[in-house]
Amino acid sequence: MPPVVVSQTTMKQKTTHIGDKVFKTTTMMFALFVFALVFLMGYEMVRGSELSLKQFGWKFLTTSKWDPVAEEYGALPVIFGTLVSSLLALLIALPLSIGVAIFLSELAPRWLERPVSFLVELLAAIPSIVYGLWGIFVLVPWLRTSVEPFLIKNAGFLPIFKGVPYGFGMLAAGIILAIMVLPIISSISRDVLRAIPNSQREAAFALGATKWETTKIVLSDGKSGLLGATLLGLGRAVGETMAVTMVIGNRPEISYSLLDPGYSMASVIANEFAEATSSLYTSALIEIALILFVVTIILNVIARLIVWSITKKFKTT
Amino acid sequence: MIETLQVPSILSESVETDTKLEAKNVNAFFGKTQALRNVSLHIQKNHVVAIIGPSGCGKSTFLRCLNRMHEVAGGTMTGTILLDGEDIHQNDPVNLRRRVGMVFQKPNPFPTMSIFDNVAAGIRLNGMAHKNNIAETVERSLQQAALWNEVKDSLSKSGMSISGGQQQRLCIARALAVNPEVILMDEPASALDPISTAKIEELIYELKKDYTIVIVTHNMQQAARVSDRTAFFYLGELIEYDITKKIFTMPSIKQTEDYVTGRFG
Amino acid sequence: MKKINIKKYNWRQTKNAIMTTLSTASVVVAVIPLFLIFFYTLAQGISALNIDFFIHMPKPVGELGGGMANTLVGTAILIGLGCLFGLPISIFAGIYLAEYGNNTFGTIVRFFTDVLSGVPSIVVGVVAYILVVIPMKQFSALAGGVALAILMIPTATRTTEEMIKLVPQSYREAALAIGIPQWKATLKIILPTAMKGITTGVLLAIARAAGETAPLLFTALGNRFWSTDIGHPMASLTVFIYDYAKAPFEDWNRQAWGAAFVLIVLIFIVNITFRFVTRGRYDEQQN
Repeated sequence: MPPVVVSQTTMKQKTTHIGDKVFKTTTMMFALFVFALVFLMGYEMVRGSELSLKQFGWKFLTTSKWDPVAEEYGALPVIFGTLVSSLLALLIALPLSIGVAIFLSELAPRWLERPVSFLVELLAAIPSIVYGLWGIFVLVPWLRTSVEPFLIKNAGFLPIFKGVPYGFGMLAAGIILAIMVLPIISSISRDVLRAIPNSQREAAFALGATKWETTKIVLSDGKSGLLGATLLGLGRAVGETMAVTMVIGNRPEISYSLLDPGYSMASVIANEFAEATSSLYTSALIEIALILFVVTIILNVIARLIVWSITKKFKTT
Repeated sequence: MIETLQVPSILSESVETDTKLEAKNVNAFFGKTQALRNVSLHIQKNHVVAIIGPSGCGKSTFLRCLNRMHEVAGGTMTGTILLDGEDIHQNDPVNLRRRVGMVFQKPNPFPTMSIFDNVAAGIRLNGMAHKNNIAETVERSLQQAALWNEVKDSLSKSGMSISGGQQQRLCIARALAVNPEVILMDEPASALDPISTAKIEELIYELKKDYTIVIVTHNMQQAARVSDRTAFFYLGELIEYDITKKIFTMPSIKQTEDYVTGRFG
Repeated sequence: MKKINIKKYNWRQTKNAIMTTLSTASVVVAVIPLFLIFFYTLAQGISALNIDFFIHMPKPVGELGGGMANTLVGTAILIGLGCLFGLPISIFAGIYLAEYGNNTFGTIVRFFTDVLSGVPSIVVGVVAYILVVIPMKQFSALAGGVALAILMIPTATRTTEEMIKLVPQSYREAALAIGIPQWKATLKIILPTAMKGITTGVLLAIARAAGETAPLLFTALGNRFWSTDIGHPMASLTVFIYDYAKAPFEDWNRQAWGAAFVLIVLIFIVNITFRFVTRGRYDEQQN
């Protein structure tokens, strides 16, 4: 005979209810914290750059003199540097990434696609510092001795290829960034293309299209998603620090030649932050960090909204 | 043969004797879809009630209403369900489920726990630990589930390391450990081989002495073997509810007769 | 019957072949740097790798040899701090998203978590500087730990959420059916079941954090000496590589390669393990 069971009292009931409520509230607090982290970061950086904001205002973005000694800070050179190196990176990486995405999504059989995807993702796992190391000792010397002299000799009439073959400079930065953003753009593009339903492809084949013609249709269907992938890649390029710092030459000057050294927003912070001597100096650097923050967030938000809406669109059809 | 009645047939015995669980005008929904229509029946203490019917007739849904698991899956219901005369919706579902246990179709011992810990899980996590000697309770429960002899030397092994039939008896032991009054079984043997099935049916016969059991099954022979009363559901309605022998030999309603003779379902 | 334009057809097929070739070529071009970098690092770094490298301290400028013992310890401490600050937050936030997050608030949190993962690590370093270095008036491992924690949170949170969601509903039902309160079921049964997957995901986040340099440059700073004091500057593998790579000494450059090789190997091992462990699960999700 089982022991007599006493019906649970109301006291116990209240505790279990409270247990559930407490747990839900506690975990919600943590989720809230993660959500608020982005805003906290923005707020702190705005506060930290107050000195610089007050001192320079909008001119900060348009002045090209970056002179810590004279305490005159203009961010234009580094903004320029970040823009040019990132756009150059995209120019190189985009066609390659789309090619990889097409290969992985449309051409490769399953058994090949997985290992290749994995290899591409491994590329993304290599730390920036190792890219930078390779950049200094392999890429830069190669540029200095082979590529740049070639460019100067044969295309030196173009302003972008004028100058002395330092090796270090915008071109090196662009190339290394291209290698670094390629995995991101490829992976997301591959996912975007995969998300497009097979019915599209089948319809094209049924009309007698070749594989390439079908792919063109798929690409066109996925073009906003591909745009999103590109924006995410751009976001990564803009914020990339170590690899760029180690090969860009670190000279805060604007030049139209890709062969000349330059400076990027992330690099100036990496190089000068620890030794910033005055409050204004630090504040100016924090302001640059703030610009980086805002730019990458905008890029990320737009990109994610695009990618999210396109995968949603095709899931419901 | 009486044609289909609007009201399900009522037991010939007096309804007042020892009703353990009672359902009154239960309607159950999943969103807008209605899964149960105006179901009323009562289950007597220490009886085994089998619920039969074709797939999708609402038998599992009904079972899950009895321990308020239906709402865990996002369902809603109207009507009343009484346990020992008390409305189960008035109190904490956690307490209800300590008194009304459930065994599922597919054995689901907790994967990260040993056999011992699986059985003890209920009492430990239930706040009942201090009232029980855990080792004793585990042994008793495994004995009641007819599993003790097979696992007594390997209690620290993972709950997943035993066969399917043994896992299901482990789940039964786990349910028994918290000392329920009612045990709900949702097709407990359908995923098992015939020998394990026979063992489970023997078990039900033994357990009936101490517990009230409600078992959903699509196996009519099983229902005929183990239960005292049988309820036949069809398309969300309770068609007939009577003594098992009567349901299978002389059903009052044509649909019941058609089902138990295999004309459909 | 309409005649097929043979010329046009051939041209279309040619285009097809060209594009297929280009696409395959892009893959080759894309993957080459991976091997280039890996094997070059291996070649350069292997000569620096010997037992001394791992157990000795850096030698003063000009002296040959020395090792990176303090950086290994330093990196371990920094990662430890990062986990200490970041993991509890991530796991509980992940639990919230998995259990209660099926609403607008959950979607918003997920969105901002993803946005957070796109913030450059150098910016995170600046924030850690503002939050920790300024009040403490000093560079410290604590600041570095905070930076790494912020970097780990997005990945760890999403991993936790996904792994919990993968736990079959039947275990939750079984737990509730024996009268276990919802929150205990989550904490004591569901979470342990998801732990293996969560651990691998967290390892991935740790591997990423271990490779970070930029945020440490002005939080933990770096330290040429042996130190386990978290209130002061701390050495790290990545900053070590940076310093030694920039230096004009060939011996130091070699050591930088050695350290880089160690770093890559560790990261690759974690990545491969993660892929291996989550192989089956992700396939199910895609199908």
